[in-house]
Amino acid sequence: MITESTSFLPPLLPAGMLAAAIVAAAVGSWRPGAARWVAVAATLGGTVACAWGLTQVIAGDTLVAALGGWAQPVGIAQRFDALSGFIATLVCFIGLLVVLYPPSVGFQSPPDRKLPVHALVLLLLAGLLGVAMAADLFNLFVFLEIYSIAAYSLIALGGPLGAVAAFRYLVIGTIGSGLYLLGVGFVYFATGTLSMSDASQRLGELGATATVITAVVLMVAGLATKMALFPLHVWLPDAHSHAPPAAAALLASVQVKVAAYALIRIVFEVVPDNVLTAFPLLAIITWAGVGGVLFGSVMAIRQTEFKRMLAFSTVAQLGYIGIGIGLDTPLALIGALLLVLNHAFMKGTMFFVAGSVYEATGRKAISAFAGLGRRMPWTMTGFTIAAASMIGLPPTAGFFSKFYLVLGAADAGGTGTPWTWVVAVVVAVSSILTLTYFVPVLEAIWFKPDPDGDDAPACEARALAVLPVAVLAVGLLVIGFVNVSIVNDLLDPIAVSLLGPRG
Amino acid sequence: MSSVIDVVSGRYAWLIIVALLGLGLWATLTERHLIKKLVGLSIFQTAIFLFYIEGSVRTGGEVPVIDPELGSNPEAYVNPLPHVLMLTGLVVAVAVLGVALALAVVIHRSFGTLDDEELSAEKRQS
Repeated sequence: MITESTSFLPPLLPAGMLAAAIVAAAVGSWRPGAARWVAVAATLGGTVACAWGLTQVIAGDTLVAALGGWAQPVGIAQRFDALSGFIATLVCFIGLLVVLYPPSVGFQSPPDRKLPVHALVLLLLAGLLGVAMAADLFNLFVFLEIYSIAAYSLIALGGPLGAVAAFRYLVIGTIGSGLYLLGVGFVYFATGTLSMSDASQRLGELGATATVITAVVLMVAGLATKMALFPLHVWLPDAHSHAPPAAAALLASVQVKVAAYALIRIVFEVVPDNVLTAFPLLAIITWAGVGGVLFGSVMAIRQTEFKRMLAFSTVAQLGYIGIGIGLDTPLALIGALLLVLNHAFMKGTMFFVAGSVYEATGRKAISAFAGLGRRMPWTMTGFTIAAASMIGLPPTAGFFSKFYLVLGAADAGGTGTPWTWVVAVVVAVSSILTLTYFVPVLEAIWFKPDPDGDDAPACEARALAVLPVAVLAVGLLVIGFVNVSIVNDLLDPIAVSLLGPRG
Repeated sequence: MSSVIDVVSGRYAWLIIVALLGLGLWATLTERHLIKKLVGLSIFQTAIFLFYIEGSVRTGGEVPVIDPELGSNPEAYVNPLPHVLMLTGLVVAVAVLGVALALAVVIHRSFGTLDDEELSAEKRQS
């Protein structure tokens, strides 16, 4: 039995991060080092608060806040339910690791320049948490833009080419959020409400009219652009490969996932079933996902620069999430949500490793990893676990998300959706493509001779740079072992509440 | 299909909004100069604002401040909510434009050009 109780937690999370961003900017202009500890305190507090909220949610409670004392549907509501709690906890936790990672490595910011990187990270987190909490269509748009503005600035920290990538991302991202805003306008003028639950009910009464379909297509196209779902991913490879490593870790781990979360919310909670079945929206999302998996994997194989390979790999992984959304079966959605969690851990690890390797060797190419297995044993062990998970080897977490996706595709085949066996085959076979682009890296790490000679000194990264890698790599093994309880206690109830009981 | 024609013929403002949306999008995607792209983007965003404002208009509607003579009949006033939403939308658009112009300054300082294709050539060289 799910109850609703009023709580200050949903507005406190984004507002707290926003306040911390202002404090970090003020403190940082006086003493740059102190801003980092403000960020650590804020993200730690956020993680604890989210974890507390999550225990309440698992116990069957939903935390709701009506802003300004105006009850729904007139007022703006914010909700902390199982889905938003899951995403918010992930956002805060990854945020904590990103600010713990040494900023001189992670953001490559020269110590003599007082760049407010931590204020920007907190602003990004505030926007992400705001999107996660939003139960109002326009509120979602505003927070979408808040995190985007912070993301553009963080990408631009990666040097002149980073600024070019940020500018191009800004142009495409603004078109994306513009399309979403236009869609919200159609919903508002058709239904007279902006509250998600209220809009869903009234859209269901209207049925699949031309206005409603236009609204849905515009909102989904906008969010798919923000999420970088193939073929709307064009901004992602440049943006993520030129961003500083810690920023890239944050963007790949949680930022695109929050956009995917918004897409899940809109598709399954706002768009009513009679509209969803009226035109092949979900099929388009599925096949866009399949395209993303194939395109991203093939492009990743062709890259010689490590971060760029990771960026194309993200395009492929977002394709899996698209498949999980589009198949419209509880098992596939569980696979997508589990992948949101796993991929945050995997790509987080890998971008941190990219930062540490660049710090140690000054090189960005995949060949730079030659011989590092001996010289950076801890970092490289973490990377190897993350790579195994990405390929989908049991018992790492990555195996289980693919397992659920394949099961979901098989399940969808039973309901009469055509061609789903192709989806299942693509998910299974793409593991070979993933293997193809990680094997050269693993081979270089463990078997290639070091270009600096076999007696080159160890260059293990400093403790605070190893810590996030270790936490995430161990986390991947832990998620693999406890995935049954994650699925049963958290993800299955979410999938059931969005799609109905699994067949 | 006929419902689309009814909508268009009934509301000429929609034609203008759709034209501005298309124009803005076209300029954003095809112009080579970064500042011209931003001009296109601003036209696109402005068209969205106009869309909201157009939707809030009621023929003969008054300023949405409760007037004792008109009472609290919602039909007597224009809808204030889209206006308020677009005030927020404007703030967002200004912030995004500010970041975009700052990025353009950085790009021009680093490469000495704001031409998209020249920047792509620079990227390939590095």
